[in-house]
Amino acid sequence: MNKVLVANRSEIARRVIRACRELDYATVAVYSDADRDALHVREADEAVGIGKPKARESYLNVERLIEAARETGADAIHPGYGFLSESARFAEACAEAGITFVGPRAGAIAAMGDKAAARRLAGKAGVPVVPGGEAPASGERVGEEIGYPLLVKAAAGGGGRGIRTVRDGDELQGALAVAAREAEAAFGDPSLYIEKLVEDARHVEVQVLGGSDGQVLHLFERECSLQRRRQKLVEEAPSPGLSARTREEMTAASVRLAAAVGYTSAGTVEFLVDRDEHFYFIEMNTRLQVEHGVTEMVTGVDLVREQLLAAAGEPLELSQDDVRIDGSAIEFRINAEDPERDFHPSPGRIEVAELPGGPGVRVDTAIYAGYSVVPFYDSLIAKLMVWAPTREQALRRGRRALGELRIEGIATTAPLHLRLVDDDRVRAGDVHTGYLEELLAPRESTEELAGPASE
Amino acid sequence: MVDTNTIKAPAPGTFYRRPSPDEDPYVEEGDRVGDGQVVGLVEVMKNFIEVKAEQDGVLESFLVENEDLVEAGQDIAALTGG
Repeated sequence: MNKVLVANRSEIARRVIRACRELDYATVAVYSDADRDALHVREADEAVGIGKPKARESYLNVERLIEAARETGADAIHPGYGFLSESARFAEACAEAGITFVGPRAGAIAAMGDKAAARRLAGKAGVPVVPGGEAPASGERVGEEIGYPLLVKAAAGGGGRGIRTVRDGDELQGALAVAAREAEAAFGDPSLYIEKLVEDARHVEVQVLGGSDGQVLHLFERECSLQRRRQKLVEEAPSPGLSARTREEMTAASVRLAAAVGYTSAGTVEFLVDRDEHFYFIEMNTRLQVEHGVTEMVTGVDLVREQLLAAAGEPLELSQDDVRIDGSAIEFRINAEDPERDFHPSPGRIEVAELPGGPGVRVDTAIYAGYSVVPFYDSLIAKLMVWAPTREQALRRGRRALGELRIEGIATTAPLHLRLVDDDRVRAGDVHTGYLEELLAPRESTEELAGPASE
Repeated sequence: MVDTNTIKAPAPGTFYRRPSPDEDPYVEEGDRVGDGQVVGLVEVMKNFIEVKAEQDGVLESFLVENEDLVEAGQDIAALTGG
């Protein structure tokens, strides 16, 4: 492996380019017409235009990306997250073109991509799953067995998309029909499954890492319970709400599942944890996660480096005993959204961009003063991460760093984070996935939006 | 007196005339629309924001094509009041 094409944009493209540079891999950036002025384009050794602003006509265009790799002689492609990172078809297309896909085997992506099949696999690997089952054929029966409220989920969904809440039996058949239609429109696959709604659950996920030699290890967990409309806004490592015993059981279960699918890259096993610390598998993300940085800060492991080395066929340099948690790290997602206007998207020109620094602060971003946030892609514009020896200090450091952050010209979620670091329940680590919406209510409805998001 | 007005884009992004690719357009040119009626969507940062008429009238014509890129405040459709 000599030259890596980064099939992504924004901060994650820069993140991958940085890791490549430290390993002496040459880099190729790709960009749509909307991203000509983007930093990842300037920073890579080479850059190739791949089409129009709409993702479908650029960052999601498999043939064009393979062609760009061929044109530049890139022998590997890193997909980042979102876009094609969980496309088994893309991984296969790379393999057919003789290009190394920096990620798991296409078979592992496909096995976990069907969320209903992933549940069955988890069950077989002895990993607890949320009570539920297939739909709609057995919908009524499953509904009676597991009880209400429950969730109807698209098998091809994931990442919080394609989910519908059903409060009672009368709503079930109607919800199944609508959900199937929506799933067909959004994902091209109407398959559904049903899960019991776990009340007041925390979202806790385990980072796993598989080596090319078949060794699988974990890098502990991240707590991601502060969400709005099933999209994470704050993540931290370690979770403030797990006992040592639960942590041990969850991480062991995650390694079993990853090993069962022959996992050879970085991945994340997501769980819900109820008030009694019962944990239930929900899905596995077969890619790098947006919030991977907090794990890096508490373990000292560079996950993108490990991904690249695994893809290059190197055995893992780490063993499980080498992985320790040191301190506490928190990530605040700075999105181009206006928390004062129901999180209305706020693309536009950034006039002032002053980023925080100092001890224990990491900012992964691709913005600069004069940069225009374009309307075509995700609203994430910066990830502000802090590390400190204790969670209390990390929260204080977060408040300090958020105070230093100045972005003018567009609205961002930064003011909401300043409110969260001073919130008593957040400070106590006493949150669940519904907490943020409760805090924001009644000014905001929690009505669900279905949309063809890409990550 | 016939009063001509326009319906404007609420955000920059991609304009759609249909709720989803396999459904009918929200409205056809020449249709009567009511105040607050949805006439299209703008996709911005993976969100879909409804484009609404702000008065009663007849939607005479669309000034942009389906899937065109639009700016915030750009005229989307001409509306004849009354």
